[in-house]
Amino acid sequence: MTELSKTGAAVGEPTDSSPKPSSFLEVRDLKVHFPTDDGLVKSVDGLSFQLEKGKTLGIVGESGSGKSVTSLGIMGLHTAGQYGKRKAQISGEIWLNGTELLSADPDHVRKLRGRDMAMIFQDPLSALHPYYTIGAQIVEAYRIHHDVDKKTARKRAVEMLDRVGIPQPDKRVDSYPHEFSGGMRQRAMIAMSLVNNPELLIADEPTTALDVTVQAQILDLIRDLQKEFGSAVIIITHDLGVVAELADDILVMYGGRCVERGPAEKVFYEPRHPYTWGLLGSMPRLDRDQQERLIPVKGSPPSLINVPSGCAFNPRCPYADVPKDNLTRTVRPELTEVGTKHWAACHMSQEQRERIWTEEIAPKL
Amino acid sequence: MSENAEDKEVKAAGAATLSKDAAPGETLLKVTGLQKHFPIKKGLFQRQVGAVRAVDGLDFEVRSGETLGVVGESGCGKSTMGRLITRLLEPTAGQIEFEGKDITHLGVGGMRPMRRDVQMIFQDPYSSLNPRHTIGTIVGAPFRLQGVEPEGGIKKEVQRLLSVVGLNPEHYNRYPHEFSGGQRQRIGIARALALKPKLVVADEPVSALDVSIQAQVVNLMDDLQEELGLTYVIIAHDLSVVRHVSDRIAVMYLGKIVELADRESLYKAPMHPYTKALMSAVPIPDPRRKNAKSERILLKGDVPSPISPPSGCRFHTRCWKATEICRTTEPALLELKPGQRVACHHPENFEDQAPQDTVLLTAAKEAAELVADEVLAESAETSAAVAAELAEEDTSEESTSEESTSEEATSEASTSETSAPEAAASDESTEETGSQESTDK
Repeated sequence: MTELSKTGAAVGEPTDSSPKPSSFLEVRDLKVHFPTDDGLVKSVDGLSFQLEKGKTLGIVGESGSGKSVTSLGIMGLHTAGQYGKRKAQISGEIWLNGTELLSADPDHVRKLRGRDMAMIFQDPLSALHPYYTIGAQIVEAYRIHHDVDKKTARKRAVEMLDRVGIPQPDKRVDSYPHEFSGGMRQRAMIAMSLVNNPELLIADEPTTALDVTVQAQILDLIRDLQKEFGSAVIIITHDLGVVAELADDILVMYGGRCVERGPAEKVFYEPRHPYTWGLLGSMPRLDRDQQERLIPVKGSPPSLINVPSGCAFNPRCPYADVPKDNLTRTVRPELTEVGTKHWAACHMSQEQRERIWTEEIAPKL
Repeated sequence: MSENAEDKEVKAAGAATLSKDAAPGETLLKVTGLQKHFPIKKGLFQRQVGAVRAVDGLDFEVRSGETLGVVGESGCGKSTMGRLITRLLEPTAGQIEFEGKDITHLGVGGMRPMRRDVQMIFQDPYSSLNPRHTIGTIVGAPFRLQGVEPEGGIKKEVQRLLSVVGLNPEHYNRYPHEFSGGQRQRIGIARALALKPKLVVADEPVSALDVSIQAQVVNLMDDLQEELGLTYVIIAHDLSVVRHVSDRIAVMYLGKIVELADRESLYKAPMHPYTKALMSAVPIPDPRRKNAKSERILLKGDVPSPISPPSGCRFHTRCWKATEICRTTEPALLELKPGQRVACHHPENFEDQAPQDTVLLTAAKEAAELVADEVLAESAETSAAVAAELAEEDTSEESTSEESTSEEATSEASTSETSAPEAAASDESTEETGSQESTDK
């Protein structure tokens, strides 16, 4: 908490002097900007969070809110600079298990990547190499980090495929990605990312491309594997159902920033940001009686080149005029604590938000 | 002058449509035994070696003014069905009747006048709009193709349509790339509505959109239905969206409808095991229910290939209730409860249709391992309760008929009496009464 207020105050300042964090993963004031011909795209603009081992953080937001860029940033997949001059500009700190990743030697990060932290991508068909068998790809991932012969690695691959529930793993290990169905490919991806028992697993929209029945299987699998391996998991999705299913903590992103963060129960039952209200209101729900109408958020997500001044959400916020002095349009709100381990970035006073939520929003959901 | 005359005719037709729509419940579209098999060709002579049985015998009707939702997993044939009823594809077999007219094998020219009444909204707003055309040209195209000159000219009408769907009419000269996904979907909707269609088939209209935008488009479609008296067939894989928009819902599995029911009955008491599994798989946005894993029915493996679908009931390879009869005999789509048609030998929440057959298949035993005991116990309980209820009604019916036939119970009770025991007695007769009942409505 003190950590947070510190980072909140230190926006834009160098934070090299800050002490080693106690959390397993701590991201401090992460910024990922992309220079383009049209201007600087501020995909992630000052994001901070912590994550402990064995816990799951859900990051939700619309397309273009910076969710995936955050995950690629943590994995160190933006810094490579192979795009010539068009290299992403990254600042902030990412502490994984006591090591700062952004300032670390790229070779060191490469050793961590795949071993200590691994990623499950959204579309397994484009994330798997079509030219190599599933087995060959898993074996490669294993042998890069472990000095073992091919036979042992292959045994490990079969074992992992079995663990993620692929039938006849000793035969399917020699199949090519196109011979697998969508759900099986995603399972193979999960097997590949877990082959080195990573301590941090980032799942970027792991079930978006899948049918609901397969989605249920995969979510179940991720949950079981997390229990088994005790890894920290970041799950990135736009589906609030998936988040509610898996996450202990939820981080809501909008326009490259965190607008609300807190324990899952708090974010669902006592949300304190109008955008979170909007997300909850736009979602038809199977567990409730039929709603008459959905309550959508008006307008569209902001351009990340010209993020609206003040609160990025102000052009879409129905309560933008509640705070005085045009505050929402001029001053960017910082995250403030609204409850135990629960933060939100909004100019409205806490009483105002509490009243609006309990009187106007919650009864309609 | 002749154009003017045509215009008047069109308007008259439009007025007729409105008055027709004022009496909802009339069958607008009737589909019987619809099939579409895509041939698989191989070798030098492109000999046909098999077929993808995308749609394999569908029977349903769409009533005027209602919304029929169609759900199912990818590959179940729901999109093919949408393209068949809009006649973008030629059916292999079966019949499609629109307003009593057989349109099954109409050619392109024959379909052209029908296109005014049947329109489609596509899934991907990025590929369904021509990037080289302005919005004005895209939304105005239906008028040009049909030779319709709307009052005040095409441009004025297009601008009116744009404002109807919530876009700025001044964007008339812009190109699709200048719009966001949600706005593009609105353009697609404006184009579909241009000719005041009677039936709009929407294939995954919101699945490419963000949650907040999704709600905007769903509300828009709702409003337009109310204002214009539209009839929708909405194809989607998202069960919560489908429940929100539909009056009746058809659940498809491997080219067949397995359950077709009113929204309320389907979501409250699904009768086909597949429907039940499908609904239990939807993640509930409620962290307090996070660990309520017992309610979930996990299905084994993937959907089988539609090239060689399983024999008998197509779901038997993944069903935890499958017995020998499911493997050998295909269940017919029967109206077991009023307004709820199901194709299953061992329905949930209802009396068993094949009580003599109790030995589970090996596949079913494996599948049952994935299903929590609570679910199995609960379904057995409810089924037994319904069976007992029906048996009771059966005896009471016998006793009343012995005393006097005039003392028939209320209409509600009588429908359930007539449909339920007969279902157990003979399949064919129920099918008759079932379809009769549904057409009566």
